[in-house]
Amino acid sequence: MADLSTNFLGIKSPNPFWLASAPPTDKAYNVERAFEAGWGGVVWKTLGEAGPPVVNVNGPRYGAIWGPDRRLLGLNNIELITDRDLEVNLREMTEVKKRWPDRALIASIMVPCDEESWKAILPRVEDTGADGIELNFGCPHGMSERGMGAAVGQVPEYIQMVAEWCKQYSNMPVIVKLTPNITDIRYPARAAKAGGADAVSLINTISSIVSVDLDNFAPTPTIDGKGSHGGYCGPAVKPIALNMVAEIARDPETHGLPISGIGGVQTWRDAAEFIALGCGTVQVCTAAMTYGFKIVEEMAEGLSDWMDEKGYATIADFQGRAVPNVTDWQYLNLNYITKARIDQDLCIKCGRCHIACEDTSHQAITSMVDGQRYFEVMDDECVGCNLCVNVCPVDDCITMVEMTEGTDPRTNKPIDHDYANWTTHPNNPMSKQAAE
Amino acid sequence: MTVSETNDVKAHRLSSDDYIENFSDIHPPLTQHEAFVEADRCYFCYDAPCMTACPTSIDIPMFIRKIQADNPVGSAKTIFEQNIMGGMCARVCPTETLCEEVCVREVAEGKPVKIGLLQRYATDTFMEREQPHPFTRAAPTGKKIAVIGAGPAGLSCAHRLATLGHDVTVYEAREKAGGLNEYGIASYKTTNDFAQDEVDFILQIGGITIENGKALGRDITLDQLSADFDAVFLGVGLPGVNALGVDNDDAAGVIDAVDFIAVLRQAEDLSQLEVGRRVVVIGGGMTAIDAAMQSKLLGAEEVTVTYRRGQEHMNASLYEQELAQTNGIMIRHWMMPNSLAVSDGAVTAITMEKTELDASGKLVGTGEMVTIQADQVFKAIGQTPDATPLNGVSIELEKGRIRVDEHRRTSHQKVWAGGDCVAGGEDLTVASVEDGKVAAESIHKALMA
Repeated sequence: MADLSTNFLGIKSPNPFWLASAPPTDKAYNVERAFEAGWGGVVWKTLGEAGPPVVNVNGPRYGAIWGPDRRLLGLNNIELITDRDLEVNLREMTEVKKRWPDRALIASIMVPCDEESWKAILPRVEDTGADGIELNFGCPHGMSERGMGAAVGQVPEYIQMVAEWCKQYSNMPVIVKLTPNITDIRYPARAAKAGGADAVSLINTISSIVSVDLDNFAPTPTIDGKGSHGGYCGPAVKPIALNMVAEIARDPETHGLPISGIGGVQTWRDAAEFIALGCGTVQVCTAAMTYGFKIVEEMAEGLSDWMDEKGYATIADFQGRAVPNVTDWQYLNLNYITKARIDQDLCIKCGRCHIACEDTSHQAITSMVDGQRYFEVMDDECVGCNLCVNVCPVDDCITMVEMTEGTDPRTNKPIDHDYANWTTHPNNPMSKQAAE
Repeated sequence: MTVSETNDVKAHRLSSDDYIENFSDIHPPLTQHEAFVEADRCYFCYDAPCMTACPTSIDIPMFIRKIQADNPVGSAKTIFEQNIMGGMCARVCPTETLCEEVCVREVAEGKPVKIGLLQRYATDTFMEREQPHPFTRAAPTGKKIAVIGAGPAGLSCAHRLATLGHDVTVYEAREKAGGLNEYGIASYKTTNDFAQDEVDFILQIGGITIENGKALGRDITLDQLSADFDAVFLGVGLPGVNALGVDNDDAAGVIDAVDFIAVLRQAEDLSQLEVGRRVVVIGGGMTAIDAAMQSKLLGAEEVTVTYRRGQEHMNASLYEQELAQTNGIMIRHWMMPNSLAVSDGAVTAITMEKTELDASGKLVGTGEMVTIQADQVFKAIGQTPDATPLNGVSIELEKGRIRVDEHRRTSHQKVWAGGDCVAGGEDLTVASVEDGKVAAESIHKALMA
């Protein structure tokens, strides 16, 4: 039985599955249900400054895209930070932390970008006994119009500045939650580190309009005929999140900076992928909002079973193992040759590989052989692009097979076993320059 | 075995709720959500096998994609372009031996995309939304065409001709148009008077006049029509029924299955229909199954279908056979009628002789007899062509059916034919629709040359 316990910035939790700062963590009631269900930690729904709390719209806050059987693929929200009194939240956090000392409880904070505001709230949060703080520099909707959330996360200097205040005015570990609504995620991560932050968490939601109502010509969710962009999350955003996590994990300037991975984690496998890219914990929201808290059982058991199967005793045993294999395109081996292979016993002759290749790619798959519908790869045309694999509806029917011997019939060049990449390729003008 | 002397045939075997339940839609239509989910199962195959298998070549992947994209009306238009009776075909096509048999998901998982039900979803939605007719007529050509028979072949031909700008008069012997759609298909396959709704839909194109109660050879002659019209299309079906070939087959309770089905389809009150307590159906085709099923649903206690050959030789699809069996109908193979027991002029039992194939592959009786008690015996051993109404007009026949070329043109210069009355056909609604469509295009080409 694998040990799933984690120690993230000294914050211990029985497993790496935390609930992200979001509606599921807005109240003691929800959080305690989550802990009863087995969640390792929560990041409490973002606190604002003292005084009258923010207000939410009273119409729909969420929009979604679905698969044909209403499987929720992406969720969009325009909800703001907690709309409950700061005092109520702080009191509940204190009580919950006391009752659940073995679980991680992180306070998410978003207050105006001035020193006094941060200086005012930090000691009050610290008094709750929270294990750490997460600076919400991520929400792209609503609060960003007031100079908070993503508006801060998009300016590395602000990130550094606020992180410094937080380190200065509190003893709690500081996690900076990053917005993906930025061109290069490495800059805000570097700024967080430079400001003394102990970790980053990412991604927050992505600015989005999920659909347009074609009867009213308004974005959804529609509030009295109008809509506003929301923050997009759920399974659809996972690839974006993985890339941003990897960018930070492999950036020499931030390599080793602890990361809490967020973005479309639905199953143990998603979590394992984030951890393999260096994350110390993962945060989940949409999956819980779709299915309820019980899913953590599947996540924890699935991760444990997989670790047992692979012989990993602890999370640290595989954490970051994929980071060295994320590289720049220019370092990919151009001498690695693959060809698609169609398993004729598995092929159901739908023809999708053919038409995808014929219409949109390299004309490398037949549709008719000897008057019969027959789909096979023509190696002399196949560039090994993998599109046919991706459109084939049958598992393992088409695979990419490495050519290890002989001559590539497409290029008529013999297989070269030496690694060679773009940096030294004769077509690369930069390489020519270097040769001179 | 003691043979009952009492002939038990009566109406009102069931409660009125039972009749409603038994004759409700056998395959309830898909809801919108079910249609989305099912449509998503379609792989949008290239050179799709389903499309090739469809006698009318409906672009099945495209109509399914349109359902998936929430455009059921556009989907129905795709269907109607190739098959103006797409609504009825969605109900009666043996899809398990046509499009769904070759669906790649049938090959992969034994679970084809439910093409028939999706087609019904699209066409029903079109009808329910009371859309304007999807086609408009071309400019008038001034040509007049006579169509004999308002069944699937005739109506399909008439619709395509009218669309092409011709004026069409359809002569129909019966009181209603629709042919077998109206008179010859089990009622649980086409509920709520769908056949007539579809006729109305087809006629919306304009330019088609239907003359009911006009039978070829009785009220009209082919000679006269070919003189009065620019072209004639024969879609007269198969008016005759094969005989059992045993004595007493005129006894009360010995009934042509097609007549039984026609009466049932036209009945306003099913509870008034008489049915035997024990029913035997002779035959192995769709008509046999339809008659057996409906006897059972009318309250017959024991229904047996007998067929002279094996299960694999039956014309009824495997699906239809299983439907009958799961409804408690016994199907017995390898036996042929030998004699009928009659009491007071009514049948009480039928004795069957078991059969086998001899060394040369010929079907022969074994001499072993089996007697099955029966209050009714339905004959469903095939319908036959009748050339008499052609009144000696010279048209080549083939085994009694009209010979046509690939364009459905007969040996007569001005006459085309299609549907069950032509040689070499499949005796399917969808094939008849295709015949009518192909003939119309050929007529158009000939007249406009």
